[in-house]
Parts: sequence; structure tokens; C-alpha cells
Amino acid sequence: MNDQGERVEVTSDRDVVRVRQLVRTAAVAVKLSLVDQTKLVTAASELARNTLVYGGGGWVEVAPVDSGRRKGIRIVFADQGPGIADLDLALTDGYTTGGGLGLGLSGARRLVDEFDIATAVGEGTTITVTKWCR
Amino acid sequence: MERVPILKIGDILLVSIQIDMEDQVALQLQEDLADRIVATGCHGVIIDISALDIVDSFVGRTLATIAAISKVLDADTVVVGMRPAVAITLVELGLSLPGIRTALNVELGMEMLARERATDGEDDDEDGVEDTETPAVPTP
Repeated sequence: MNDQGERVEVTSDRDVVRVRQLVRTAAVAVKLSLVDQTKLVTAASELARNTLVYGGGGWVEVAPVDSGRRKGIRIVFADQGPGIADLDLALTDGYTTGGGLGLGLSGARRLVDEFDIATAVGEGTTITVTKWCR
Repeated sequence: MERVPILKIGDILLVSIQIDMEDQVALQLQEDLADRIVATGCHGVIIDISALDIVDSFVGRTLATIAAISKVLDADTVVVGMRPAVAITLVELGLSLPGIRTALNVELGMEMLARERATDGEDDDEDGVEDTETPAVPTP
């Protein structure tokens, strides 16, 4: 894997599996601990599914990052779907508009070190997460 | 689409998930298992997830749904073999899998199901005893 990062188009269930595999490979490569690998892959699975189900598809980009002090993995999830009207509500445990458990967004945020979300109604949603090696 | 095999061992259906499941595969498993419980009359289901390196909210919810469906079809479900990192992640995700019984491995899962079945029998007996005693208690 090069330092440019790798991008996966997310248009089906199968692509969510590909995202998990890509993130796992990247997490192993930067030597995240086993628990942190598991947390990052799980968060990526939740967010990639959101990109597919709520965003109507989009792309995911996985790249290694290096702050100088430590290494990590940064993942971007982007869609051009309907966007999120009430972000606070969407980040509340148990809130869902899609018939799920309402843990995807709020749960994924707990599993990573940095979580950034940019969304606009009618334009789409971009979520960037980072997990650092300890 | 791949399918997760379901094995019948005595009175138990054993499912060992060995692949990174697409969501559709998990939903298919839910249906296949319901069909097999009815077709075989098995009273126990063991789902081995020792090969899974993650369980996200979708798979977690599927496991909970399978347990609920099995219960309605008179079968108990035990999920076995969860890896420590998966357990830590699930709890932090906010999914504590209420309603799902767990055991550390297949062997302990089978023991749990056997115990459960034996206890169910005893409970029935106790109920029977209470029923016959009840009429004698009132009217002092």
C-alpha cells in the first residue's frame, strides 16, 4: 500500500465488505493494536453502510497518516445524498430514520480518536475519522 | 451470493460463520435458520463467531433477531466464540446484545443448552405441583 491512500466506490453490500478489508489491511500496516484495529474496522463498517444506505452510495478513501509524533489511519466517507438535517439528533444513541439500531453514527464516533462531519441538506455528507497508534 | 452452512448435530443446529458476511448473507442466514429449526424440530442453536474479527451493529442486530425468532420457534440460541477485541468494541459501540446468551466456545455452548433444556423440564414439574396445591390454600 502506498502513501496516497486507496479509494473504494461504495454502491453495494459487497463494497462495504471491501471497505472493511481495505481498512483492516491498512490498520495492520501501521501496526495499530488488535483492539484498535477491531474498533477502526467496526467504525468503518458502520460509516460505509451509512454512505450506502442513507447517502445512496458514494466513496471511501483510506490513507495512512503521520503526525511526526505518531502514525495512524485516516478514512474519508463521502456521499452526495440528502445530507443530515439535524446533526445533534443524528448523533444521538438510538436515533434512526432507517430502521436500524441508531448506533452507527454515534457508535462509530466513540470508536475513533478524531471524528469530523460536514453535511448540508441536499448536497451530501462527508465524514472523516482518524485512529492513532498508541 | 455466499451462504452460511447450517449443520445438525443431534438436537442442535450449529452455525459457524467463517466469512466476512455481506448484509444480504446475514439476512439469508436468518431465514435459512428459521426454516431449518422448523424442518428439524431442533431445540437448540449454536452460532460460532470465533472466525469473525468484527461484529458491527448490523451483524449484532441480526444475531439478536435470530435469537428472538428461534425463541418463538421453541429453540434456544447461544452465541459462542466471541473474540475479546470484538467484545470490547461491541460494548463501546453501545451494543450489549441484550437477549443473547453467550458461551466461550462450542462445547460450553452445548452444555448450556443441555442445562437449559433440563431446567425447563424441572420448571414444568414445579408448575404442576403448584397448580395442584393452589386450590388447597384458600378458604381457611
